[in-house]
Amino acid sequence: MIASALSSANLFGLCGASLAGFGLFIVIIHASLLRRIVGFNLLGAGIFLVFGAIARRGAAAGFDGDPVPQAMVITGIVVAFSATALSVALLLRLFGLTGRAAFDAPPADASRQDET
Amino acid sequence: MLPANALPAYVTTPGGFLLVLAIILPVVAVLAMLVLDPRHARSVVGATILAGVAAALAIAEELIRTGAALIYVVGGWQPPLGLALRADGLSATMIAMTAIVLPGIAIFARGLQDLKPETRNGRAPTTFWSLLMGVWSALCLTFIGQDLFNLYVALELLTFAAVPLVCLDGRSETMGAALRYLMFALLGSMLYLLGTGLFYGAFGTLDIRSLSAMSDDRPAVSVALALMIAGLLAKAALFPLHLWLPPAHAGAPAAASAVLSALVIKAPIFLTLRLVAEVAPTPMAAIAGKILAILGAFAIILCSVMALRQARLKLMIAYSTVAQIGYLFIVFPLATGADALPPWGTIAWTGGALQLGSHALAKASMFMAAGIIAEAFGHDNIRDLSGFGRILPLSAATFGLAGLSLMGLPPSGGFIAKCLLLTSAVLGGHPWLSTTILAGGLLAAGYVFRVMNRALATPQTPLIIRRKIPARLEVVPLILALLAVLLGFVPLEPLGLLQIGRPDRPAETMP
Amino acid sequence: MTLGLDLTLIAGLLALALHVVIVRDDRNAVVAFVAFGLLLGLAWVRLYSVDVALTEAAIGGGVTGVLLLRTEALIRPASAAPTASRRSGGALAAIACVLLAGGLAIAVLSFPNPAPTLAPEAAEALGRTGLGNPVTAVLLAYRSLDTLLEKIVLIIALVGLWSLAPETLWGGAPELHPTAIPEPLVYLARVLPPFGVLIAVYEFWVGADAPGGTFQAGTILAAMYLLVLKAGLRPAPEVKRTALRVLVAGGPALFLAVGFLGFLMADGFLSFPDGAAKPLIVGIEAALTLSIAGILSLLVAGPPSKAPAP
Repeated sequence: MIASALSSANLFGLCGASLAGFGLFIVIIHASLLRRIVGFNLLGAGIFLVFGAIARRGAAAGFDGDPVPQAMVITGIVVAFSATALSVALLLRLFGLTGRAAFDAPPADASRQDET
Repeated sequence: MLPANALPAYVTTPGGFLLVLAIILPVVAVLAMLVLDPRHARSVVGATILAGVAAALAIAEELIRTGAALIYVVGGWQPPLGLALRADGLSATMIAMTAIVLPGIAIFARGLQDLKPETRNGRAPTTFWSLLMGVWSALCLTFIGQDLFNLYVALELLTFAAVPLVCLDGRSETMGAALRYLMFALLGSMLYLLGTGLFYGAFGTLDIRSLSAMSDDRPAVSVALALMIAGLLAKAALFPLHLWLPPAHAGAPAAASAVLSALVIKAPIFLTLRLVAEVAPTPMAAIAGKILAILGAFAIILCSVMALRQARLKLMIAYSTVAQIGYLFIVFPLATGADALPPWGTIAWTGGALQLGSHALAKASMFMAAGIIAEAFGHDNIRDLSGFGRILPLSAATFGLAGLSLMGLPPSGGFIAKCLLLTSAVLGGHPWLSTTILAGGLLAAGYVFRVMNRALATPQTPLIIRRKIPARLEVVPLILALLAVLLGFVPLEPLGLLQIGRPDRPAETMP
Repeated sequence: MTLGLDLTLIAGLLALALHVVIVRDDRNAVVAFVAFGLLLGLAWVRLYSVDVALTEAAIGGGVTGVLLLRTEALIRPASAAPTASRRSGGALAAIACVLLAGGLAIAVLSFPNPAPTLAPEAAEALGRTGLGNPVTAVLLAYRSLDTLLEKIVLIIALVGLWSLAPETLWGGAPELHPTAIPEPLVYLARVLPPFGVLIAVYEFWVGADAPGGTFQAGTILAAMYLLVLKAGLRPAPEVKRTALRVLVAGGPALFLAVGFLGFLMADGFLSFPDGAAKPLIVGIEAALTLSIAGILSLLVAGPPSKAPAP
């Protein structure tokens, strides 16, 4: 029973590790900012699964999992959601102002400040 | 069973509640400003700043009086299940530094807002006050948190308060800069969180004191530390992860730039220092120290050169920030290299702390002076600023005095800091580090003098003043720049204050 | 048997993630991510974390999915233009990601056996809180400072989000509903909310002792409210309204007030007087549920897009 719980937890932990890799890849490689935001969410999901595997491995005292990492994941999911909301709002504003949904080339050094 | 159980429990010290106040007072202000009408925001912030500065002073006073770290066990729940807050000498110094710089920036921001009374209670000013309080709370928690996950929450609070500061004026290029900053910062938080999880999986605790007693060279520790430090470096903009910083710090409104460059950037650096000096096992700390120092040296040289090449004043100051951050990372091998002394007993440790403090003061005053210049003339192109020193003599003086610290010329905190680092590098046999420190000073002299030359030049066509700047607005940055100079009068030796509460051994921290 | 189920689940998750990596258009990627979120909820059930499964399904899959789909529809003109994904650094990025995943895998497989855990400590301390659900105890007692500050993170994110509105619209109302509202949506928005509220109240009520609690309940309330807004049954409120701001700040403010009460009545900040822990925690949770519902729906609704009434 314990052995099977361990192996199942480890499987999900490895799944989390791969998801984190996929997420990071999207964040680095994709030009589309929306896709990068999805990538951040995948990366987050992978991280949380690693936490979940750790929680499941820590099952003891009659609990099916260690409640401390579980609670951390709940906090983490909510923080990740507000990060998504803020990035999406910034992206939409950027799109509204410039019509672009990707970064342009690295900003020119001599770009003049607006005369506002 | 676990070694953690062998460590005695945390005990709340008599002044411990001050730590709670340092974190929570700004939080109360955030909630109050959310509910109250925008025109009350300034009074709320004013009252909070008075109370927060008093708390910071009380923490420092209590620490010096008792000679021991302040501890607070939140809710009476003992770590590792619960959370503890702990302020040692270094934390108290950081809190005090924040309590000097942040009110200075707040007074300046208030003065700047008063120039345009019609928008004083509008979008940007009101939001600025809420975000400023969020930054303050997050910084205090970063400096006193003892639990890696609690520190993750602090980092996220800092990120979410700092990013909107970049694009407060709503221009499209600042939106891009803010989004780029957010993405770097988020990536950093996630890598940090991942490392936190691995530590929990390996040891079942996130309490830094327990971890420093338990961590060894098992693979999970190496991976966790590598992830966390990489994440923190992305937030600290250490070369080569610095690309987000110049557009973000230079694009933000003047007061926001000062907050970002002087204060926000220090939090991830402080945490990196804690991870390397307290959590990492010695061999790993040595390797990490070497890598960080190499990156730091590259940052000093390359970003100083970039600063020299900037056409805009604010971009130049922002590149100078990336370069000055480099000095903080060459502290690592210097402080951990001496076998006879613990890191906090070395002159490099004191030099690092002084560099942190003097850079905060100098950079805040420099960005504010640049803000005044941009406000007065409507632009900040260095080439077209000939003779600005005649119109804004106080700001030109501010720039010069702050420049002393960046160059490392006496008398200034930056001079003492760089002198200590240089001595340490020479004594420790790091010739290439000493060369870097000297070269960095020369390059900094180059970009500071470039601006001072313009300040004192005789313009061919007189400068057009777009807006008159009252002298009292110029005084605030001048005072911070003078404080950076005053830091140059501390004695050239390891500071006793920085050693209070170190090492974190319960025998020495029990009341 | 269960191993087969786990492996299928994991294969599904990885396949969807890979799809998000390689698919050409953003819309496809977002749809795949929403499906991914639902599968992920199942994975959490398999990890015996029902609390997390509920949160993940509600926030990770549900609300995030709505947000991303709406954004994709709004910026489609820009993403239709061919954007060359950066091929140059591809190999380097792939190496970095393989290093990350590999390092993580080694770390996960190297964890000690038996695993270190705080479950016994959490169980032992549960008596002092009077709660039955250990996750709620961690969130609202043992590590309540994390939870309190995370609410401040949400509020700061909301303040930052509002500040992204153009100058003249600041303090105004966000706009959610499309010009043509499909009939079935209106029907759903009329029928679902009463059930949603009922489920939310139930989740909140059992949260003290069984899986469920303030986040899950708050998210369901937020989803119901968003449905009503989306169907145009009610106009979105102006964000400068005091009532709305009191709702948002109320939960954290009560949490703080109880925290300070601990200085007077128990042994310090955020500690609860003996015997009064459970009612205080349930009270805080009630206020937090409403605040979370408010904050989450406002975060999805976005910055104001209509000028405030004078």
